[in-house]
Amino acid sequence: MEPTIFDCEQLTVRELNVALRALPEGSSAVVLHPKGRHNMAVGMIKHLDITFEGSVGHYVGGLCDGVNIKVNGFCGWAGGENLMSGTIRVTGNASERVGASAHGGTIIVEGDASTRVGISLKGGTVAVAGDIGDFAMFMAQAGVLLVGGNIGEALGDSLYEAIVYVAGSVKSLGADARYEDMTASDVATVSNLCAVAGFTHINPNNVKRVASAKQLYNFDALKAQKY
Amino acid sequence: MCGIIGLHILDAELEPQLGTLAHAMLVQMSDRGPDSGGIAIYGDVATNGNLKYSCRSNIQDFDWNQLAHMLGAQLVRHGDGVVLIGAPGLQSQIESQGVSIVSTGVAIELFKETGSPTSVLNRFNIKSRVGYQAVGHTRLATESAITTDGSHPFSTHSDLSVVHNGSFSNYFSVKRDLEALGEKFLTDNDTEVAARLLGYEMQHGRDLGDALRVLQKTLDGFYTLLCATENEFAVARDSVSCKPAVIAVHDRYIAMSSEYRALAELPDIDSARVFEPAPNEIHVWTR
Repeated sequence: MEPTIFDCEQLTVRELNVALRALPEGSSAVVLHPKGRHNMAVGMIKHLDITFEGSVGHYVGGLCDGVNIKVNGFCGWAGGENLMSGTIRVTGNASERVGASAHGGTIIVEGDASTRVGISLKGGTVAVAGDIGDFAMFMAQAGVLLVGGNIGEALGDSLYEAIVYVAGSVKSLGADARYEDMTASDVATVSNLCAVAGFTHINPNNVKRVASAKQLYNFDALKAQKY
Repeated sequence: MCGIIGLHILDAELEPQLGTLAHAMLVQMSDRGPDSGGIAIYGDVATNGNLKYSCRSNIQDFDWNQLAHMLGAQLVRHGDGVVLIGAPGLQSQIESQGVSIVSTGVAIELFKETGSPTSVLNRFNIKSRVGYQAVGHTRLATESAITTDGSHPFSTHSDLSVVHNGSFSNYFSVKRDLEALGEKFLTDNDTEVAARLLGYEMQHGRDLGDALRVLQKTLDGFYTLLCATENEFAVARDSVSCKPAVIAVHDRYIAMSSEYRALAELPDIDSARVFEPAPNEIHVWTR
């Protein structure tokens, strides 16, 4: 079926979102001239293929359940925030907080991503081909982050059960994050994720695993007495 | 909130479009800062040792022609905007006539006012301006009054302009230190402290990049700063980086804004490298 074309020059963000929501399950849509507008394709709860021909603003694809979104350009703050299921792919660089609080689905960034990637991740998967900034995966509870390049400061501070795989270097780990040995199942996970994301530059046998040391899980009453 | 925009043209063929492009960028940031608007335009470099004085007066129907004649200066009008081009050292003579000097320099002209940013841009005919660099701001006042003096950009030293998205927390103590060193403040605004700190450091031999490094060590707060001089264009962020910043690097220009929306109207933006600068980073471009 031919995709439905929407031109942002003729539509407000609200009109665009109402029109996208009215499409039947399984439809595809192309959005022209997005020009960095915020809140596009937010809260879509059916299977839709949506392609943005250009850069988008904040919160693209937030709160969606079942979408397949492609952004041909740059993505502003919190792309895929609270995603429930589906895929969001950004071909350019991404700004802060990619995949914040995502419960499910996969968010793929083909360029670099800025600070706070996967903050409070709750089960979603984030894959970044290039480098990412500081404070990634802060308090991430569940889910996976794969980074093909390097990571900035304070990775995985106060991490819960989420796992980070990184091919490049890490400037510093946050409190309670630690390196762990890769198991065969980790290699398989990275391998599958690379296939899904289309990343051919990562060798799954040559990535590091970062997870929680779980020392902050329980309050240590005796610790205070040391001071 | 507040919105900031900057355009630093590399390809001289784009210079005639500076005003149109900067106008479109700033309009996009209006909803981030509906209180006031302002823009510094760099171009038409003064020759023969002259300086450009951007001026404004609260006196109704002020006779600018008479002032220009008295000073032996050339008067240039851009809508409500007034620029006097004349010899260096005319500041006190101009100010004695009930006129405020908004900026001084060989390249800078500065126009700012309270009211909707679009109305401010229209009042000063920004669309028609030619030049090589623009630094603009839309203000949502948080820490000092909505006045013309309190709007951005701040130009405290020759050819310097500073716009700011964020706030500083220790600026009163830094202000006292600068006052002890001889700086005279016009407002209670935190950004004026940042501008005077940068200007002071540059007067004492630092370039803009090094002055920004001093600022990062001296001022505490959360901020994205965009600053320019006659030949430098710089972006600096704080260590937490919760204030937005997007940079576009293109063969023909460097552009910066709070949000990508403002960059979307630039020519061939899809070929630019668009990215968010990292915490604590300082980016400087020199022409």
